[in-house]
Amino acid sequence: MRDMTGLTPKSTSVLRTVAPQERSEEHSHEVDHPSSLVAQFGADKPLKLDCGVDLAPFQIAYQTYGELNADKSNAVLICHALTGDQHVANRHPVTGKPGWWETLVGPGRPLDPARYFIICSNVIGGCMGSTGPASLNPATGKVWGLDFPIITIPDMVRAQAMLIDHLGIDTLFAVVGGSMGGMQALQWTVAYPQRVFANLAIACATRHSAQNIAFHELGRQAVMADPEWDHGCYADKGTHPHRGLAVARMAAHITYLSDAALHRKFGRRMQDRELPTFSFDADFQVESYLRYQGSSFVERFDANSYLYLTRAMDYFDIAGDHDGVLAAAFRGIQTRFCVVSFTSDWLFPTSESRALVHALNASSARVSFAEIETDRGHDAFLLDVPEFFEIASAFLDSAGKARGLKTVTGV
Amino acid sequence: MSLQGVLPLNGLSGGEVLAYRPDHLLIAGMVDRGSKVLDIGCGDGDLLQLLESRGIDGRGIELSREGVNHCVAKGLAVVQGDADTDLVDYPDDAFDYVILSQTLQATRRPKDVLENLLRIGRRAIVTFPNFGFWRLRLQLLVGGHMPRTDNLPFTWYDTPNIHFCTIKDFVQLCDEIGVKMERAVALDSDGRPLRVAMPWWFWNMFGEQGVFLLSRGERR
Repeated sequence: MRDMTGLTPKSTSVLRTVAPQERSEEHSHEVDHPSSLVAQFGADKPLKLDCGVDLAPFQIAYQTYGELNADKSNAVLICHALTGDQHVANRHPVTGKPGWWETLVGPGRPLDPARYFIICSNVIGGCMGSTGPASLNPATGKVWGLDFPIITIPDMVRAQAMLIDHLGIDTLFAVVGGSMGGMQALQWTVAYPQRVFANLAIACATRHSAQNIAFHELGRQAVMADPEWDHGCYADKGTHPHRGLAVARMAAHITYLSDAALHRKFGRRMQDRELPTFSFDADFQVESYLRYQGSSFVERFDANSYLYLTRAMDYFDIAGDHDGVLAAAFRGIQTRFCVVSFTSDWLFPTSESRALVHALNASSARVSFAEIETDRGHDAFLLDVPEFFEIASAFLDSAGKARGLKTVTGV
Repeated sequence: MSLQGVLPLNGLSGGEVLAYRPDHLLIAGMVDRGSKVLDIGCGDGDLLQLLESRGIDGRGIELSREGVNHCVAKGLAVVQGDADTDLVDYPDDAFDYVILSQTLQATRRPKDVLENLLRIGRRAIVTFPNFGFWRLRLQLLVGGHMPRTDNLPFTWYDTPNIHFCTIKDFVQLCDEIGVKMERAVALDSDGRPLRVAMPWWFWNMFGEQGVFLLSRGERR
């Protein structure tokens, strides 16, 4: 792993009003030359995509934390969410911010690198070093753009399995993920039931709901309505539809929160002023916050990649791939599951997790489930929610015991 | 009569026997090895752990997240859920035994729950506090108050127990819905089984809790 500490952290003040920015230079570089580990797959190892295309060559950018033990039994794969990446527990090379899941991964955390060999890869179709629409197409020497084939969640998992093979690991101790990462975690057990010992699926579902598809379509239309999107060919002109992408992010961000969380955080408070300006300026703190979320997002994310990844989530439907019977997908599975949902999550509500749990029960899988009480919405899985860490630790520790893994203290 | 004497629990030492609640040992003795069990209202998972130690494949449902956490930490497969609302989602014949221990009286629709138990499982084991227990009768008769005991410590206004019954009532319900009673045991205040040969009225008076092993009857 290359040293990434030389990068200057950007301001993390969330209440600034910031004009939308161009995608940063750092990010443009990360797309093809990530400052993380990279696995290259040549023409002899194509990625067989659901859309029928064999993608080759391609690369997967990934990070690892901790050491693989002698019998290779302590590997944990973390699957990232829609706009996440492989930088789980290190400073981000573009934004300079801490890793996105340092609440769960790190010394003394439920996933301690002293105990586990933790792997996280950027998904195929992403824009932080794994091949995606922002990467160079070796056949044309140009950026892929919309020539990139449509990818699915099973495609992401197939690419991860090739990475795991490449690392010489047969069975993963655990696959862990939230939201789109949870979808991948579930798909892992469906596609490779023998290769996953334990599965921690958080704030996710076995299919994307109509409401969620609708929100994604809203985001995609915002990107496509930006003249700079130009049918996805913006890279050739050196531009980026940052306004459309920022709007998409703002809309999506609302779905990650809850009414109660927004009210608690911002209420109707004004931003740096006492009285309304009688204009369309960001008078309210909540507006300022959303604008910041939108503008900071576009400097680290590619607009086309956003289209592809949201599409992958829309297509996800495990039951649909098994004649409509969800339980059939999990029949005979030996994997231990722990499913976690959050009370105020309306993007992936508890009812979706319960449907998963019922299907797992119906197929005799070993499953535990807990709904965590919080008003922080879907985002809760990324935040410091002790009740969530308690159950995550309890599950991973007991599964580790069953797997014969040593604890951090060596016992 | 010694406890081990009435329990077909081979392979447990005297010390191990003392580590478990007597009613749990009694239930464990009713479950065949190698079978698949759902424990509804499994609490901290003590019974499930006893069952798993005996080669039984156990699953649990528990209402409280703290309970679920304790169970998950023990490596048990436990789902946060509610007996009143969640049992309908379980498929027919999913388990060999479904256990409802000290929970029936806290459900909103005990009859529906009981019917669901024997739909999901081939057999059901139900334990409940006997409201016909002489001490409870005496408290109501002499004191004029809703009874409270060590096992039922709640006041009438904050009790989760909304559907109390006596052993006699429960037997009547089993008859009504065509459930076959394979075994019935009444436990005294210390959780020890009363003598087997006693008549129902005696059990209904001196049993503090009833333990029933049920199976599907002819009428189903």
